[in-house]
Amino acid sequence: MSLLHLAIVSPLLLAVIIPIFSKSIRQIHTGWFVLPLPVVLFSYFLSFISTTSHQGTVYESFEWIPSLGINFAAKIDGLGLLFALLISGIGSLVVLYSIYYLEKDKEQLGSFYVYLLMFMGAMFGVVLSDNLIVMYGFWELTSISSFLLIGYWYHREKSRYGAQKSMLITVFGGLAMLGGIILLYIMTGSFSISEIITQSDRVLEHTLLIPALICFLLGAFTKSAQFPFHIWLPDAMEAPTPVSAYLHSATMVKAGIYLVARMSPVFAESPVWLWLVGGFGIVTLFWGSFSAVKQTDLKSILAFSTVSQLGLIMSLLGVGAAALHYDGIDDNVFTVATTAAVFHLINHATFKGSLFMVVGIVDHETGTRDIRKLGGLMHLMPITFTLAIIGAFSMAGLPPFNGFLSKEMFFTGMVKILQMDLFSLSTWGLLFPVLAWIASVFTFIYSMKLVFRTFTGKYKPEGLKKKPHEAPLGMLISPVVLGSLVIIFGLFPNILSHNLISPAMASILPSLLSPGDMFDVHIYFWHGPTPELFMTIGVVILGILLYLTLPKWERAYHLLPEKLTLNKVYDKGLESIQTGSFKLTRFYMNGYIRTYLVYIFAFFILILGYTLYKKDAFVIDTAHVSSIGFYELVLSVLIVVSTITILFAKSRLTSIILLGAVGYTVALFFVVFRAPDLALTQLVIETVSVALFLLCFYHLPKLKKEESKIPFKLTNALISIGVGAIVTAIALSANSTKLFESISQFYVDNTYIRAAGKNMVNVILVDFRGFDTLFEICVLAIAALGIFAMIKLRLTRGKEG
Amino acid sequence: MRTNDLILQTVTKVILFIILLFSIHLFFAGHYYPGGGFIGGLMTAGALVLLLLAFDMKTVANILPVNYRIMTAIGLLFSIGTGAGSLLFNVPFLTHAFTDVYLPLLGKTSLHTAVLFDIGVYLVVIGVTMTIIQTIGEDE
Amino acid sequence: MEIVMAFVVGIIFMAATYLMLSKSLLRIIIGTGLLSHGTHLLVLTMGGLKNGAAPLLGEHAPSYNDPLPQALILTAIVIAFGVTSFFLVLAYRAYQELGTDNMDRLRGTKINE
Repeated sequence: MSLLHLAIVSPLLLAVIIPIFSKSIRQIHTGWFVLPLPVVLFSYFLSFISTTSHQGTVYESFEWIPSLGINFAAKIDGLGLLFALLISGIGSLVVLYSIYYLEKDKEQLGSFYVYLLMFMGAMFGVVLSDNLIVMYGFWELTSISSFLLIGYWYHREKSRYGAQKSMLITVFGGLAMLGGIILLYIMTGSFSISEIITQSDRVLEHTLLIPALICFLLGAFTKSAQFPFHIWLPDAMEAPTPVSAYLHSATMVKAGIYLVARMSPVFAESPVWLWLVGGFGIVTLFWGSFSAVKQTDLKSILAFSTVSQLGLIMSLLGVGAAALHYDGIDDNVFTVATTAAVFHLINHATFKGSLFMVVGIVDHETGTRDIRKLGGLMHLMPITFTLAIIGAFSMAGLPPFNGFLSKEMFFTGMVKILQMDLFSLSTWGLLFPVLAWIASVFTFIYSMKLVFRTFTGKYKPEGLKKKPHEAPLGMLISPVVLGSLVIIFGLFPNILSHNLISPAMASILPSLLSPGDMFDVHIYFWHGPTPELFMTIGVVILGILLYLTLPKWERAYHLLPEKLTLNKVYDKGLESIQTGSFKLTRFYMNGYIRTYLVYIFAFFILILGYTLYKKDAFVIDTAHVSSIGFYELVLSVLIVVSTITILFAKSRLTSIILLGAVGYTVALFFVVFRAPDLALTQLVIETVSVALFLLCFYHLPKLKKEESKIPFKLTNALISIGVGAIVTAIALSANSTKLFESISQFYVDNTYIRAAGKNMVNVILVDFRGFDTLFEICVLAIAALGIFAMIKLRLTRGKEG
Repeated sequence: MRTNDLILQTVTKVILFIILLFSIHLFFAGHYYPGGGFIGGLMTAGALVLLLLAFDMKTVANILPVNYRIMTAIGLLFSIGTGAGSLLFNVPFLTHAFTDVYLPLLGKTSLHTAVLFDIGVYLVVIGVTMTIIQTIGEDE
Repeated sequence: MEIVMAFVVGIIFMAATYLMLSKSLLRIIIGTGLLSHGTHLLVLTMGGLKNGAAPLLGEHAPSYNDPLPQALILTAIVIAFGVTSFFLVLAYRAYQELGTDNMDRLRGTKINE
């Protein structure tokens, strides 16, 4: 356990004690106790920059399940560090923001911060684990904490719906990823990512490559809300806004991006990878931005915009994989796509984070997020308005903000596709820049809509629940910090390029680097009159035109029938799965205990009978059989007669007495078979049992004649005879076969020497196998308590019972 | 449950103590001869059941005001405590120890921690049986 | 003797199964009780019968009966008692509350949901 491991699990540890703080110290907002942790972690991770910027890595491991090759291996490299900084950095800002967003008197802060810390720890685990199984564990934990956070206001039905949806989709992807992990293990024999990367040649030639690749991509696409799995993200917006800003724009949804980037060294050389990652990314980009325009809820706009931006990054990672097919890095122009992906990842976190917080402020101060009710807030909330402008313009790709730079690089990467001459990109590749450009136009439109519909136009106070005013200072700190980063990264992008982007690229495309080498990343503000520049100008002009004419063509969105939307498909699918499985279960679980008993006995007969037959185990060997004495024969006849008579007994009393007779005969059997302890126990137990039966006697129903049809009786009789026959066969065979020496001799030899006792049975009970006895008396105590509870505690159900 | 059987009651008064003594004998004899916690406990419980049958619930509850559920719990504690005690001596759970000591009057006596464990079993068995019988009997 | 016992055990099992498959609760309880008796005898028989003296070292016999099955059975007897009484009470409480002991009418789930 190193300091690095401690840093990863520290949020989880804090999550354990946070409820105590929130319960005992009510005057202070619980968030203040949480805030120091991400800040400390952020500075801790900052200290690693000097290592990773020289292509160094930090690797710490401790054994967890070494026999399965599962170790808690933590590794910091460029990519992991970039994400760790995002998680801790945005995490600090979000916690600070949440302190003002969630009121301490109204909300269950304890659970909120427990979930949030759980998520934070899980996220660190995902991005810093080198072991795939450990990463998978943390991966699912992020899904679970996301589920809990979306359902935080669990009394709202929409929250529960959204939480369930996100859980189902992301966990489905997670399980697919687990399948991929296992396939990779089959191919390479290792769970360690670093080790698998060294064997990537072998993976690429393996027949299981495509299934494994698809499994991993399913994990990544569901998590990162790629088309068609994006449907969970808009519904996840039911979460409190700090959560949306943190999980559903800056960090968790980027886990899929992380996974793609992390697995790129393994899979990226496969053409399927390029097509799937790039293709799904670009489609998502288009579909997300297209859908965002029609939304009227501010958070929905941001949700679809997040979907589309994630698609953008995804497509860049896919296209960036093409660089692997060209040698050398000096003249390799295709790496620009990967650079753009990493750069945009950072930019998106800054501008989208600030936009979410702005929307949260608007929601908090006006009581609504409906864009139709809002307007003219510019004068009331000037700072918020400024922040919105910065964020939205950066999102739209306007200078001088950082979004402009990464958007330009994105265009560059897409245009470069046309120069590639592999995987039939030269023909179909044209789709990439075209879709990218159209999507950018839509991005521009919804960005403008987001700002100007909210802050300009007519002020409509009558539709608002509260009287709006500027947010408190504390709430503004976090978006201001993010907004300034948007500008700083826009003006001085190269502070990132050396420290963060280049090391992260080294993790994504390690095969392009010779040892000691590194990517030389330079981001230029102005790169001459290139096609990209003209594309941007085109986007702006067409975007402004379309935004102004939006009311005229907005109706086009309603052309797509409601029934065909993915959400409807999801809902219908879920419903039919539920009814289907209900029907299937109902088919064999019909509620009759008898049916279940028939299943049990039938399986008993089939399995044991088959085993006896298959293993040729049925033998009768009379060599060791003991003699038949007179008393034993009498007892046997007695027990058989009483047993058979029970079957035909007409009254309760007869049955109980006959059962007692069987019990006493068993006790006598124990006497003749020289088991004195058993005989004594059986005698007393039988006495007590009969007393018990008699006590219950008055309460028990009278025996009625079994009025049942012949087939019913016949099945019962058949099954009973089968069970009897099988048991007889087993008893006979068990006596006749000796597979190994009995362990009983040990007890005979050691009873006096080791346990100083002479009664072997009792010594076995209390000493050699004391654990059994301990559990046995526990079972007895539980049975007694159960009986006590059944009789004494009666639920009052009114008169109907 | 109300019975008024003179013969049963008289016989019970005599026999009860014999059974109880016999059950205690069975319990202590358990390590060497047939007997032990289970049998001893059941025998004691059997004696008490006889008492219940001969007299009624209330009378017995007055004579023996024992909460059998607590008895069960104490028995469980005894057994688990004996088991856990061995952990203090850095040996596995439920390791027993024994020694021979010379007591005045009794002479050489062997002391065994297994007896403590068995006391637990004894108490649990009595407690459980009596809880079951008593709750059912009280239920009208 | 073991062969005779094997058939005795088989018959007890058969009767127990038949009782457990019937419709009346009381029969089912008696069936379970019978089943445990059968099991005890089965375990004892499997260990071999009459191999020597009772498993008490005080007997100073050259050979003893197998003590292990006896220890197992002793545990099983007591457990069977606990379970049977639990079941008995469950049955009569169910009868009290629901007014029937017919298994066809005691169903765990509603069919028309």
